[in-house]
Amino acid sequence: MSGLRVGIDLVQLSRVAESLATFGDRFLTRVFTPDEVAYATAAPSETVSRLAARLAAKEAAKKALSTEGIGWRDIEVRRAPSGAPSLRLHGAAAAAAPDSDLAVSLSHEGDYATAVVVMHLRPAPSPTP
Amino acid sequence: MTDKIRNILKDHGRLSKDAMTIADDADLYQAGLTSHASVNVMLALEGEFEVEFPDHMLKRSVFESIAAMRTALTELTASA
Repeated sequence: MSGLRVGIDLVQLSRVAESLATFGDRFLTRVFTPDEVAYATAAPSETVSRLAARLAAKEAAKKALSTEGIGWRDIEVRRAPSGAPSLRLHGAAAAAAPDSDLAVSLSHEGDYATAVVVMHLRPAPSPTP
Repeated sequence: MTDKIRNILKDHGRLSKDAMTIADDADLYQAGLTSHASVNVMLALEGEFEVEFPDHMLKRSVFESIAAMRTALTELTASA
């Protein structure tokens, strides 16, 4: 089986705004980690687009992992000082991808945010003779 | 319980079919349920029935039909 997997997802910003308006903190705390919430809410004008991109990243990662029963907070988008996003897996998500590297890319334009996740499964070490 | 599930689907599911009349076992993803909409449906179900879906139940199969959601909620409310 190829060592590469990919996942993509598209999220509508206006629907994320709706989720926020309808469910408020429950939407934030159920789907996002404290660091993700802190980053998203640090710039109120960007909160919805940042949350939408992160929701897309979580859904894209689930597709790459092709594993179910993973909580949204088990997949966390981190951000380097340079602004480059990366994924950190926790709990069931980490358990589903022990020997793999994941890369993520985020984007948003108009009313949409999207994310692509590529997962590379490191080949199992060949048995020493 | 089923009526409450149908009302939540009507409000949050954004289905292409009428949530009040769609069959209990109809595939909701075929009726337009998206992954984001299922997040909203889950949050609304949790609020309505005062339960929380454990991570291991966050599967397509749990939200793919009214009957499947009813089964999951019956299990959660019984153990609540």
